[in-house]
Amino acid sequence: MKVKKREFMSMKMDSLSENEEFARVVAAVFASRMDPTIEEIDDIKTAVSEAVTNAVIHGYQEKEGIITLEAAVEDRLLTIIVQDDGIGMADVEKAMEPMYTSRPGERSGMGFSFMEAFMDQVEVVSAPGKGTTVTMRKKIGR
Amino acid sequence: MQNHYKEEEKLEPSFIYEAKEHTLIIHLPREFDHHNCRNLKYETDLLMAENYISGIIFDFTQTRFMDSSGIGILLNRYKEIHAGGGKVSFYGACPQVMRVLKIAGIPALMKEYDCKEAAIFG
Repeated sequence: MKVKKREFMSMKMDSLSENEEFARVVAAVFASRMDPTIEEIDDIKTAVSEAVTNAVIHGYQEKEGIITLEAAVEDRLLTIIVQDDGIGMADVEKAMEPMYTSRPGERSGMGFSFMEAFMDQVEVVSAPGKGTTVTMRKKIGR
Repeated sequence: MQNHYKEEEKLEPSFIYEAKEHTLIIHLPREFDHHNCRNLKYETDLLMAENYISGIIFDFTQTRFMDSSGIGILLNRYKEIHAGGGKVSFYGACPQVMRVLKIAGIPALMKEYDCKEAAIFG
């Protein structure tokens, strides 16, 4: 079998709730070259939606900002990076606890749990004032 | 003219509310995410303040995508209705929606029905 070259995309967008759908559709279309199942496409869309929603609501506090979406394909591995230059987080571990939310009320606190449920690996790098970078990986086709 | 009408139709609010006696039926939008959830809290608060509502039925038949923002809305409505002794149920969930509901543990809280009539009948 021939070894496929790594393929990559990068996109910048305004931090707007409208772009949550835009970003997840772009990621799904990019991943479609890997011939994923419908279920895998749904997984990718859900995980990207969670990460971008976090950037809009928490990273930029629903104010102005730029969110970067990157995706790469190498063999059967899909890597997705969602990055913001927002307020960041002091305690990433706490933020990733199931049901934890800095905004009790309307938010479920399940964003990171969903990313972990739908992707194989989730890495979060963040610090106060330094923004947040979420890197997610998933093997497509088993 | 027909195209123009279609454009206008797209701009209609995505949530449509329907009342059957004291049960509120909420027809959820195609993309049930943070963006499309923003007005739901306000609108349902208003409806629940102005009317006696003892139960909620969520209709997912139009919904093709839901994430944890949608779950946040469902759980909050559930808490309010459950505190008053009422029931919350749903119908019409597609596979993506069903997986998200299951991961969030929703089926333990809300009963699933095949269709609207069954949900109303309880």
